[in-house]
Amino acid sequence: MYEFKYHRPTTVRQAANLLAKNEDAKLIAGGHTLVPVMKQRLAAPPHLIDLTRIDGLSGIEMKGRALAIGATTTHAEVADSATVREAIPALAELAGVIGDPAVRHKGTIGGSLANNDPTADYPAACLALGATIVTNKRRIKAEDFFQGLFTTALEADEIVTRVLFPLPKKAAYEKFRNQASRYALVGVFVARMPSEVRVAVTGAGADGVFRLTAFEEALKKRFSSKVLDGLPVSAEGLNSDLHGSADYRAHLIGVLARRAVDAANNRA
Amino acid sequence: MAKISLVVNGNPVTATIDPRTLLVQFLREHLRLTGTHVGCDTSQCGACVVHLDGKAVKSCTTLAVMADGGSVTTIEGLAAEGAPLHPMQEAFREHHGLQCGFCTPGMIMTAVDMVHRKGHDLDDHTIREELEGNLCRCTGYQNIVLSIAAGARAMAKSDLA
Repeated sequence: MYEFKYHRPTTVRQAANLLAKNEDAKLIAGGHTLVPVMKQRLAAPPHLIDLTRIDGLSGIEMKGRALAIGATTTHAEVADSATVREAIPALAELAGVIGDPAVRHKGTIGGSLANNDPTADYPAACLALGATIVTNKRRIKAEDFFQGLFTTALEADEIVTRVLFPLPKKAAYEKFRNQASRYALVGVFVARMPSEVRVAVTGAGADGVFRLTAFEEALKKRFSSKVLDGLPVSAEGLNSDLHGSADYRAHLIGVLARRAVDAANNRA
Repeated sequence: MAKISLVVNGNPVTATIDPRTLLVQFLREHLRLTGTHVGCDTSQCGACVVHLDGKAVKSCTTLAVMADGGSVTTIEGLAAEGAPLHPMQEAFREHHGLQCGFCTPGMIMTAVDMVHRKGHDLDDHTIREELEGNLCRCTGYQNIVLSIAAGARAMAKSDLA
């Protein structure tokens, strides 16, 4: 790991000022992506800005009709939250299958979203549920936030402060894990919202998380896994690597989407 | 350099460190608490698991500077020196839950955290799921799972948490 200067702001404004003032500074919260890439010297930020001592950045509450989750809330806190389990059980389940128990004690929702790893789980939930990502400057809709591999709409001095999730009528997430890394080889989040159905896919797309509109339209007519039978998924634009071909990933998308619809329908 | 103060195994510690120092380096190289191991160094294997503010974390992926003000428990802190072993340690001894022993400190710290979160009556499935982040390259999982189930029950009757 290369040297860096460590900063510990106590307000979002201080953190934003530090970001604006120091070129190539990086924010850190759980650090479970950033620290490994710094150890490998794939990243060498000259400044690290620790967000974990800022009051009010962490926490879970209902805000009107939306579930609000603070940016530095850990995966374990989301997975164990009675509020999340009641409002969007699929989201609690998703958080509970990220990494392993020790990783979930550190990793945060804001970090996962800002990093936009193409195999991360949370981006699928945000895109499928139509979440709004709130920053120190503005509100960004999930469909505008994710902009390709490890790329988001966030500006250089912009900090995610919380995420607002509208409540679905039904939802579920199914993932097929890479046997070695345990990241999603493919993950599919299906959400039946009051006026639409949204299906988001992570792990498979060469440009990161994406929506599967053909499935959404079919499921909007009837929310049953049967309507997906025989509906083809194109392998175009999907990743092909030693873990699985694009065709295999396309096949998995169909399988996991059907499982997710069944799981959403079977939820008591 | 950064000054940090934290509590390690009940003892207050203050040090001036390079902010790059990983928590596991701080424990092993600065405090000479070498019970915590570095296996993969990539947050996969769990040999470095310690408790930070009561929660199991991978100390190879935690900056020591971010633990400032916190409380750390390592394998050395589970039971006082010279005192009887912690019930989870004793269960690993009794049920032969180790072969080469390299993963054992992390396994035990993960197991104790598991009991804190999931209670004293742990079934096989729960234990195996919860061990997702701990690897035993001797593949001695059968007895590790047996040990954790027994240790969890024994912890219910013990003063040591």
